Amino acid sequence: MTDGKLITGAELAASGSWHGSPQTQRRLRKRQAAEKRFRAYGLVAILMGVSFVALLFFDIVAKGWTAFMQTHIQLEVTYDPEVLGIADSGDTQALSRANYTGMVKAAMRKTFPNVSGRRAKRALYGTVSSGAGFVLRERMMANPDLLGSTEKLWLPADDDIDMLLKGHIRRDAPESDRRVSDQQIAWVEQLEQSGQIRKQFNTTFFTAGDSREPELAGIRGATTGSFYTLLVTLILSFPLAVAAAIYLEEFAPKNRWTDIIEVNINNLAAVPSIVFGLLGLAVFINFFGLPRSAPLVGGLVLTLMTLPTIIIASRAALKSVPPSIREAALGMGASKTQMITHHVLPLAMPGMLTGTIIGMAQALGETAPLLMIGMVAFIVDVPGGPLEPATVLPVQIFLWADSPERAFVERTSAAIMVLLGFLILMNALAVVLRRRFERRW
Amino acid sequence: MITQASPQTEESMDTGKPAPSRTASIGTRSRVSNKALDDRGFSETVGDITVDQPRMQTRDVNVYYGDKQAIKDVSLDIGRNEVVAMIGPSGCGKSTFIRCLNRMNDTIEGCRVTGTITLDKQDIYDPTLDVVQLRARVGMVFQKPNPFPKSIYDNVAYGPRIHGLVSSRMETDEIVQRSLERAGLWSEVKDRLTSSGTGLSGGQQQRLCIARAIAVSPDVILMDEPCSALDPIATARIEELIDELRENYTIAIVTHSMQQAARVSQRTAYFHLGDLVEVGETNQIFTNPRHRLTEDYITGRFG
Ligand SMILES: Nc1ncnc2c1ncn2[C@@H]1O[C@H](COP(=O)(O)OP(=O)(O)OP(=O)(O)O)[C@@H](O)[C@H]1O
Ligand SMILES: [Mg+2]
Repeated sequence: MTDGKLITGAELAASGSWHGSPQTQRRLRKRQAAEKRFRAYGLVAILMGVSFVALLFFDIVAKGWTAFMQTHIQLEVTYDPEVLGIADSGDTQALSRANYTGMVKAAMRKTFPNVSGRRAKRALYGTVSSGAGFVLRERMMANPDLLGSTEKLWLPADDDIDMLLKGHIRRDAPESDRRVSDQQIAWVEQLEQSGQIRKQFNTTFFTAGDSREPELAGIRGATTGSFYTLLVTLILSFPLAVAAAIYLEEFAPKNRWTDIIEVNINNLAAVPSIVFGLLGLAVFINFFGLPRSAPLVGGLVLTLMTLPTIIIASRAALKSVPPSIREAALGMGASKTQMITHHVLPLAMPGMLTGTIIGMAQALGETAPLLMIGMVAFIVDVPGGPLEPATVLPVQIFLWADSPERAFVERTSAAIMVLLGFLILMNALAVVLRRRFERRW
Repeated sequence: MITQASPQTEESMDTGKPAPSRTASIGTRSRVSNKALDDRGFSETVGDITVDQPRMQTRDVNVYYGDKQAIKDVSLDIGRNEVVAMIGPSGCGKSTFIRCLNRMNDTIEGCRVTGTITLDKQDIYDPTLDVVQLRARVGMVFQKPNPFPKSIYDNVAYGPRIHGLVSSRMETDEIVQRSLERAGLWSEVKDRLTSSGTGLSGGQQQRLCIARAIAVSPDVILMDEPCSALDPIATARIEELIDELRENYTIAIVTHSMQQAARVSQRTAYFHLGDLVEVGETNQIFTNPRHRLTEDYITGRFG
């Protein structure tokens, strides 16, 4: 049987053993090859997935990391009562309305005394951000004694100058092709030589709301809006979904009605999210008269959207509690409520929380339904509560991605990085929860 | 009462005839049910189903899972301070029957019970009776050890706590210690009462479940194959324990081991395809079975 000749079924039956026959050898080789191939397919799929994700991250980080730095120009500013138009430093009204922009302009003229002509002066003033005045105002309001004094301050540069320093605007390009004139470049070079221009950490990006000026725009407003929206979503959806899951899993009779409910919950999870936005617009805003653009309405809409996700996860968690634990509790004379609250819920909780966090992460990244309820408006102020107009992180990304200014490109990527950071954090939390509460029985 | 010649319940189910209502009154009824001989060669329960001091009595109990009948007209007394063993081939309805005694079958979708079951002369299927209180009086130990995923202490303390038997930590400590001692587990776990009950060995877990069951001082303890997952040594300990518990409790035990039934029980009931075929003193059942099916089973001709 070792001569390599194939044996027939009859011979096999006669010989009594088929182990080690050439056919078996061949089949073995074939099977091993098939197994190797099967593993290879999986590996290729994983590699492709990972490389796409890596590419995405690389692209975003490469584009976005510069947004965390912002160009500043050092100026010697004088809190001149004449320029500011303030007579009495005790008058807060006058302090807040004073002409701080004039002060910045005066400082610029002092740094570049040779510039003359209206156009040249306008170009000169344009190298400093229009937000520089706000910085001065804030300092002055906090400390009115500054009136009449002089100090050296780093003030934000205009976004075009920022782009120039970061290399996004090329100095060797023809003047007509860039947003910075030759003259402005000369001033910048002068500042560079005297060490009066530098890039420093961009705190504005984390502390300010949205703005038309990229150098003044920040994500604080959007993150606060996202926070309130998610808070409303969590407060509403978690108890509702858990209660619904408990009812469906533990109390509902198994009949046609509960079947219909079950199918519809699964369907709800598949409804395009923009439909929930339209529903929210029609019901919450038009019918109930809730304010537009408010995180409260956003939270309500996202609640509708995340409910099915959490219900499905919670039901799965409840189902996975072994029946023996239920029997043990009931056999001890525990009532149904006691059985659920003492034994089933604690065991199902990690699964429920994981589902909730995943639902929340989904809600955090959701854009379309919020567009429908007006959370896409341009809102400068950081919202102070769930009833004030707000926008959320993904919508902010959408808005910035739509802006023509070059400086918004990097801010878009930076905002995406922040959003991804939150998402990774939430998913990590879900994993930690699962690990920590994982029990064996 | 079914008094007609044909006891083919499946047929009567098909024709939509309602199952007999639970109107049988214990005492006025004759001792054995009045069933005709059917094609399985079974007529009526052989032996004396009654005892002098019954704790639980069942009369004409039928159990249906949907359309399928799992228990057919079973009548049986379970006496005070005795251990009744239930034996029979797999699928004959032992678990189903024992689960009727504390209404655990209520939790199964589509399960229906008819007939009368009383505990100290009180109908346990009476709609006014609270099933939670019944289960506190009729405790159960399951085939697979199923301690709560909580500490050993909390496992035992759970019953007394939910039934309000304890008001202070000291009382709880006392009950926990006494129950664990009676279950023969105290010496093994007294130094690790706070560790998880699921971390014990299978035999220890089962004894923990017994401790948990006796912590609420039930009147009756039901045991469904309590030793089937245990080794001979653990089994022997639990059998000893059952013998000790008999002084204070009434015990119904389902077992596949005839030796075990012979060792721990005073009376034995043999089930076959949903029928209670024979009941009698354990000695008599194993040495001198009166029904052919019983004899076949205990001599190992089937089952
Ligand atoms: N939940 C259920 N739904 C439907 N039928 C069931 C259910 N539980 C048991 N049965 C049926 O009822 C009959 C009796 O089952 P039971 O579990 O009481 O048998 P048993 O005597 O305990 O068997 P074993 O010795 O194998 O445990 C079997 O035919 C079984 O298929
Ligand atoms: Mg069984």
